[in-house]
Amino acid sequence: MTTDQIWRNEEQAVFALRGLYQRYGYAPYKMSQFEEYDLYVRNKDFLISDKIITFSGEGGKLMALKPDVTLSIVKNAPEEPGVVQKVYYSENVYRDYREIMQAGLECVGDLTDYDIAEAVLLAVKSLDTLGGRYVLDISHMGLLAAVLERCGFDEVKQKQAMACLRQKNTHDLRQLCGENEEGWQTLQAISACRGGAEALEALSPYLTGEAEQTAVAELKALLEMLKERGYEECVRMDFSVSNDLGYYSGVVFRGYLEGIPASILSGGQYDKLPRKMGRKSRAIGFAVYADLLQERNREDGAFDVDTLVLHDGTVPLAEVNRAAKAASKNGSVLVATTAPKGRSWKNLIELKGVAAQ
Amino acid sequence: MKDWINIALPKGRLGEKAYGMLKNSGYPCPAIEDPGRKLIFENPEKMVRYFWVKPSDVAIYVERGAADLGIVGKDILLEYEPEVYELLDLKMGKCRMAVAGKKDFREPVGQTLKVATKFPNITRNFYAGKCRDIDIIHLNGSIELAPILGLSHVIVDIVETGTTLRENNLAVHEEIVPISARLIANVASYQFKDAQINAIRESLRKQVEEND
Repeated sequence: MTTDQIWRNEEQAVFALRGLYQRYGYAPYKMSQFEEYDLYVRNKDFLISDKIITFSGEGGKLMALKPDVTLSIVKNAPEEPGVVQKVYYSENVYRDYREIMQAGLECVGDLTDYDIAEAVLLAVKSLDTLGGRYVLDISHMGLLAAVLERCGFDEVKQKQAMACLRQKNTHDLRQLCGENEEGWQTLQAISACRGGAEALEALSPYLTGEAEQTAVAELKALLEMLKERGYEECVRMDFSVSNDLGYYSGVVFRGYLEGIPASILSGGQYDKLPRKMGRKSRAIGFAVYADLLQERNREDGAFDVDTLVLHDGTVPLAEVNRAAKAASKNGSVLVATTAPKGRSWKNLIELKGVAAQ
Repeated sequence: MKDWINIALPKGRLGEKAYGMLKNSGYPCPAIEDPGRKLIFENPEKMVRYFWVKPSDVAIYVERGAADLGIVGKDILLEYEPEVYELLDLKMGKCRMAVAGKKDFREPVGQTLKVATKFPNITRNFYAGKCRDIDIIHLNGSIELAPILGLSHVIVDIVETGTTLRENNLAVHEEIVPISARLIANVASYQFKDAQINAIRESLRKQVEEND
């Protein structure tokens, strides 16, 4: 039995991802299992789920089983000019009363454009590492926020428009825009944008605001860099990707692997989180939901063990040992007196002892 | 490379009508037109696979990736808020989600409003927008009985023609949202089958425009 067969898909993936992040100079980060609940409740909207498992800690403090890693990393990030902290993690987190295996990275501090582009590159490389066909959809929260502002939408309408974009729902978006023809033309073009640099180029004339053009320039540079690295084909501009406007400010992205029905990677630039914590740093990061790789575990027809050695309990130990030793040359061996229910084997060796003779 | 497209259809008239439109779009499946007890119907030539499911389950099949596409009422999307793409309003199965009650109903002031419904999430969101304190009574059927027997003040339910309401001395007091059938897609399937999915959407869109 090879190491590949012993490790589950998700364990192999996390191991490979750790290697990838380390090659880019990211340092491992290990956080404690618990954090004060206060940290999460103050940034509730940043979390994917608000179902947090809590318990009383020392001195009656309300503690939580960590539902997220990012908040803890950002809380302790550096603030000096020119300093950037690059860390990766593979941790179990607890959401919706489930334990979820998650790997990812965070880049926090005085970020340059390269740091941001490198984090997106690592997101693509993460998908590449996991194997099979993959796609990384890229969007930009700064661009979306500027467009919605220009459309003159209030907070409620902004949320509704974001939901329509997220669902690629142009029929309800049309109704939402009403008489606002310019807004509708822009939002329709944004919703229809899907593809590489050419799709962004086609969208560009609709994005007339200064902040919008700045975001376009940023995205163009990013796509250029990914093209130069050979990932042009697997990256698409798609503005159905969005995250909370209150936290995310720049590029956001989501990754998909063929055969897995939900996004396996999600992340983005979230400068507003450190700002809410009273810090000056900028930040980008992503998480890979390794648990979803279970969907690709064990092909139909695979066996649990290579050989089952069945004996009736009266066969001398030496004889059972001989049979088990010989069988082990062909892979895994299970020795038992009765055939185990619910398991499968490729070969069967039956040993009859005194009772049967 | 062409991939198989799995489509979840809601059992009933709406699903049959939707299949008719998909057939016109170039995705026929003769097997589905033969009555029988089969659960899945395939057309290998067109690489399309259909299955009938309970209307309220369509969104789950699509969200979880068992189906790439599905036809579902907007009421189900609003109630369960699945993470799917909502690609097209098919403008059929039209009705409305509404607040109804006795004809002479006057909203009780300074009192919790008792609302009977099959759609607790839609109801909660609607009254939360009005900052109104409500008590949701979750029923699974015969919702109209609730205000008649005094179980609730009002109901939140789908109203098609309003005949049932009229025959029971009830009336619509407020419309919440118009409802119609929608074409939905699994977000991950869309990443890899977008050309096929968009071709189906375009063909359906043309049919919707012609019928409108």
